[in-house]
Amino acid sequence: MIHHSESLIFDLEEKARKLRVEALEMIHRRGQGHPGGSLSIAEIIAALFFHHLKIDPENPSWEERDRFILSKGHACATLYVALAYRGFFPVEELKTWGHLNSRLQGHPDRLKTPGIEMTSGFLGHGLAIGAGICLAARLKGFKYHTYVLLGDGECQAGILWEGAMTAGKYRLSNLTAILDYNDVQLDGPVHEIMPLEPLREKWRSFNFEVIEINGHNMREILDSLDMVLEIHDRPQVIIAHTTKGKGVSFMENDAFWHGRAPDDEQFVKAKAELLKEES
Amino acid sequence: MEKASFRKAFGEALVEVGAANSNVVVLVADVSSSVMTDYFAEKFPERFFNIGIQEAGMVDVAVGFALSGMIPFINTFAGLFLRTVEQVRTCVSYANTNVKIVGGYAGLSDFKDGPTHHSIMDIAVFRSMPDIVIVGPADATEVKKILPLIAEHEGPCYLRISRADTPLVFDENHKVEIGKGVIIKEGSDVTLIGNGVMVYRCLEASKILEREGIGCRVINIHTIKPIDRELVKDSAEKTGCIVTVEEHSIIGGLGSAVAEVLCDVHPVPLERVGIKDKFAETGPDFETLLDAHGMAVDDIVRAVKLALERKERR
Repeated sequence: MIHHSESLIFDLEEKARKLRVEALEMIHRRGQGHPGGSLSIAEIIAALFFHHLKIDPENPSWEERDRFILSKGHACATLYVALAYRGFFPVEELKTWGHLNSRLQGHPDRLKTPGIEMTSGFLGHGLAIGAGICLAARLKGFKYHTYVLLGDGECQAGILWEGAMTAGKYRLSNLTAILDYNDVQLDGPVHEIMPLEPLREKWRSFNFEVIEINGHNMREILDSLDMVLEIHDRPQVIIAHTTKGKGVSFMENDAFWHGRAPDDEQFVKAKAELLKEES
Repeated sequence: MEKASFRKAFGEALVEVGAANSNVVVLVADVSSSVMTDYFAEKFPERFFNIGIQEAGMVDVAVGFALSGMIPFINTFAGLFLRTVEQVRTCVSYANTNVKIVGGYAGLSDFKDGPTHHSIMDIAVFRSMPDIVIVGPADATEVKKILPLIAEHEGPCYLRISRADTPLVFDENHKVEIGKGVIIKEGSDVTLIGNGVMVYRCLEASKILEREGIGCRVINIHTIKPIDRELVKDSAEKTGCIVTVEEHSIIGGLGSAVAEVLCDVHPVPLERVGIKDKFAETGPDFETLLDAHGMAVDDIVRAVKLALERKERR
């Protein structure tokens, strides 16, 4: 396995911090959005967009690019920040989020935002769509890889398992699901609302290779992303154990912050906490 | 009159479309021998995907194909596509993906299996979704003519295919264009606007009416959305009353689409023949079931007379 340098790890961790601060700033500015799930995916998005994905901002529709679908579309603030800093659209445009005529919709819109592969918002679609993309790649002889970032609450949706079944049937080894397992959904703890466990066994029984990591540990994320490329006979899921609201003490593990923007005072406090980690 | 099978025509035409364009893929939810996508499966096994009984998942897998520049035709019974309404709304209509939805066993054509298997509100549901072209061919000839056009059209389509063998309305010289209605015969007293298998019944009704001296313009609207507004307006102006005839609920289907045009541009008396806000039942055969649930030729004749009375009272 490739050894990732300390400087790469450090750089990506800083990118993740930037994603958190700016995503929260977007949510605060707009007074709308989903801070909890946007904060929990920061390291995963940083690893993908600033290191792992084969994408070209100059040519967003490059046919052989890797595909990324944010199936948990409500966490789009983090993705928008990543896309802007990767050069898919001007960073300045992040301020237009939610305005009329903005290219940045409340949830991802493939027709409006450069770099968004697929419209998402209502949960459960990403994996089956990813399966279709992988089947098409196989027919066309392309080698690109498709990554689908799932929420944990989303795993309660039947259609997600329809997609999993299809991916398993066709042994779509170019498909990787990444599960943001923060154990909090809109109404409360996932393990209370509708438990997912035993989750590892569920995915295994659907013919997925299962890798479990700490979703805030950059080295583990990078290693797992390398590992999935070595699996050639089945789709994979990276179960990333995360903390909802990660990095902001009063948001962590609290369903209250699933879909609510911080007020001015709360934002100042949150930002200070996120930046303080630097020292 | 010679009869031909809609679904067989569809199955054969799909093979031709697949031969002409290697980007065409076919997905089915475990009903390939029923909706006759098995012809395609035999000819192009590498482009055929049986997804099992997961209609919603099939829509999303097709969306993935469409995002990759392929042209997926997805198949199950029309009534089962109601299970996929959110998938179609979000991932096909809103995301504007080039997915071709083929609702087989449409209307009451699965007479033997009863109302669970009938599909009498599919058009109403999908018609409300932006940018989905909705097509219901009148006979097997039209199925063959229109399928290549649907494959060429860039954007989502919903195609309705009957299970029935029905009389051929058109011959090989029939010309089809998506969005353009077809005047089958001219008449000046009333316009009969039919869709799908009911076009043939419109022609039968027009013969009875003509014997009574009532001249009928008969139109086939194979494309329910976008509807041929010009032709509806022209018919309203020329004949002064309209009767729509559809194998579907009168709520939200062809009758509603015509009513909307008339309201906008030229209100005239309109009578709607179809299923009157109820479920049908299991029947001994297709034609008997149509007769029993408000879509008999006599029902069309009665509707024309009502429309004419209303026109005269104006």
